[in-house]
Amino acid sequence: MAAVTETIETIDRLTDGGYKFGFETNIEMDFAPKGLNEDIVRLISAKKGEPEWLLEWRLKSYRAWLTMVEPNWARIRHPRIDYQDLYYYAAPKRAAPKSLADVDPELISMYDKLGIPLNERAALAGVAVDAVFDSVSVATTFRESLSKVGVIFCSISEAVREHPELIRKYLGSVVPAGDNYFSALNSAVFSDGSFVFIPRGVRCPMELSTYFRINARNTGQFERTLIIAEEGASVSYLEGCTAPMRDENQLHAAVVELVALDEASIKYSTVQNWYPGDAQGRGGIYNFVTKRGACRGRKSKISWTQVETGSAITWKYPSCILQGEGSSGEFYSVALTNNYQQADTGTKMIHLAPNTTSTIISKGISAGHSNNTYRGLVRIMPRAHGARNFTQCDSLLIGNQCGAHTVPYIESRNQSAKVEHEATTSKIADDQLFYCRSRGLSTEDAVGLLVNGFCRDVLKELPMEFAVEAQKLLAVSLEGSVG
Amino acid sequence: MLEIKGLTATIGDKKILRGINLIMPDGEIHAIMGPNGAGKSTLSYVLSGREGYTVTGGSATFNGQDILAIEPEARAAAGIFLAFQYPVELPGVGNANFIRTAVNAIRRARGVPELDAVAFLKEARAAIKSLKMPDDMLKRNVNVGFSGGEKKRNEILQMALLKPSLALLDETDSGLDIDALKIVADGVNALRGPAFSALVITHYQRLLDHIVPDRVHVLAAGQIVRSGGPELARELEAHGYAGLEAA
Repeated sequence: MAAVTETIETIDRLTDGGYKFGFETNIEMDFAPKGLNEDIVRLISAKKGEPEWLLEWRLKSYRAWLTMVEPNWARIRHPRIDYQDLYYYAAPKRAAPKSLADVDPELISMYDKLGIPLNERAALAGVAVDAVFDSVSVATTFRESLSKVGVIFCSISEAVREHPELIRKYLGSVVPAGDNYFSALNSAVFSDGSFVFIPRGVRCPMELSTYFRINARNTGQFERTLIIAEEGASVSYLEGCTAPMRDENQLHAAVVELVALDEASIKYSTVQNWYPGDAQGRGGIYNFVTKRGACRGRKSKISWTQVETGSAITWKYPSCILQGEGSSGEFYSVALTNNYQQADTGTKMIHLAPNTTSTIISKGISAGHSNNTYRGLVRIMPRAHGARNFTQCDSLLIGNQCGAHTVPYIESRNQSAKVEHEATTSKIADDQLFYCRSRGLSTEDAVGLLVNGFCRDVLKELPMEFAVEAQKLLAVSLEGSVG
Repeated sequence: MLEIKGLTATIGDKKILRGINLIMPDGEIHAIMGPNGAGKSTLSYVLSGREGYTVTGGSATFNGQDILAIEPEARAAAGIFLAFQYPVELPGVGNANFIRTAVNAIRRARGVPELDAVAFLKEARAAIKSLKMPDDMLKRNVNVGFSGGEKKRNEILQMALLKPSLALLDETDSGLDIDALKIVADGVNALRGPAFSALVITHYQRLLDHIVPDRVHVLAAGQIVRSGGPELARELEAHGYAGLEAA
């Protein structure tokens, strides 16, 4: 209840409909030259002091990328991306901080502005944060208390140095370098990201969270996240994303890999609020992301929850490979597009083992001139006896200039499998708005309330404090969408 | 005081209200009766600001304020409440959340401090108890899966918590069994007082046995063609509307 009130207060506060994370931080940056070639890949690897095998892996990925073409099957349109006109490496000039005390105060104050406390004492109770600024992880909080229970939570660059055996074993094991155009690009040039390892039998004692921030101009952000939950381990992880407002488009191509062993569970939540571009569709982030989790162990579980309100383009399909017997995958998604935003998002649930289950709840909201597509695949392989899937895809249209599209692919190769699919499309009806207004709510309050109601099944999956944040975001993102 | 003078309104090209004149002092309850298509619901929608109706002439003021010139939410803040003939479903929106958001929107518009969740729930539970409604009324989604009677009772619950100074009840009695009718009437009677007035739109005398009006008006073909005391409702019940068409 409080959350909705806050939603309303937020609308009241923001009269100009602006993107409140759109400021730029002035920090001296270290850039690699523009463009992409083998030397840049070598330079990134060298900057990070990586072992030879990782450099080889990057180069192999780069060479694979050269032979590939950008996928064009998604329902998105954009001018050709000039991959030679981007910076692939940008880092704050100060040497890598060894502790919070070494972090540039400008950066600390930027994260304060974003509401992300890097100071442990001031941190949200029970949330450990890793902050990634452009290409580099700048601070990870609560590391010591986590390491006491054996949890590793650090930047991936650090993990390469300190836990090479884990990286070598798992990196690229869920999303192979050559999986797709953007994952190949990421594998070649990834700069940083988060690494999480939860050892056997440990329930991670706090929420883990990473905030990604693109700041530098003409810079691509290619972060790489790897989370491993050993037998019986569990973790809840959240990522948030923001960027300054810029007229040009910026590229973001991340890869996230999750591995869950026997009876392990990973809950991965995303609140994606990259700059969406302005009301005329100028600027904004191109978000081409590959996220995939492998339920390797029996009765393991991976749950994706995403609230996608930002980015000019969202191309993203967090998926689950259900390899372990009785394992389960979940995908809860809210994707909201306004103005000229385009989202093509959904999931893949690949049932390989017997008695695997998957649940897909997708809520798409389209406003303005935007286009919002759900694209999902449920595949039941021959060995997956007794597999079950339930899919629900709901679309909500606001106004009459936007589009909502649902593209479900269902492939069942096992007769004992049960697959259910439900889909609805609705509009916010005039009589619903009038009903709310006759009770004293402004049109914007009413839309916020109705949209939050529409998304409730997904929002309730988010960790409490982020659910509040997500509700605010939905309301703010819809500003100006109703006349 | 509600003061309607020469009010005319159309839907598209169709003239619905053809010059309504009505004065309703504070503290009074007036009933509007009349045949189907007379313009009863249109009158309540025009007064509460629903889109799709064009006011072509006349005026309507509440406590001296021109209500036709302001947005529906501003009319709510001015104290006007419409109990819908067909209450609208709001999927996913909890009833308690909805009513509290509305209560606080109105309080904010009036510059009164907002109610926190605890204070609101206390008031809401008390209202539910006095209206003899089930507790789960607050937990369910607004009107979703409600029976016809539950929807009407939910309108009365909202009225009880929003505490309007002018309530427009648009055929709130239609489709109600006798027990539900009593609950609705109790809800209205509980608000009766010098600062509360209500315009009760109904087809039937039955509701007026429980909410005894100060005045009864007959609306036919967009005009008020007769006005009288409570006895007029009984006369209409006995003889029907035949012969009451506007001259």
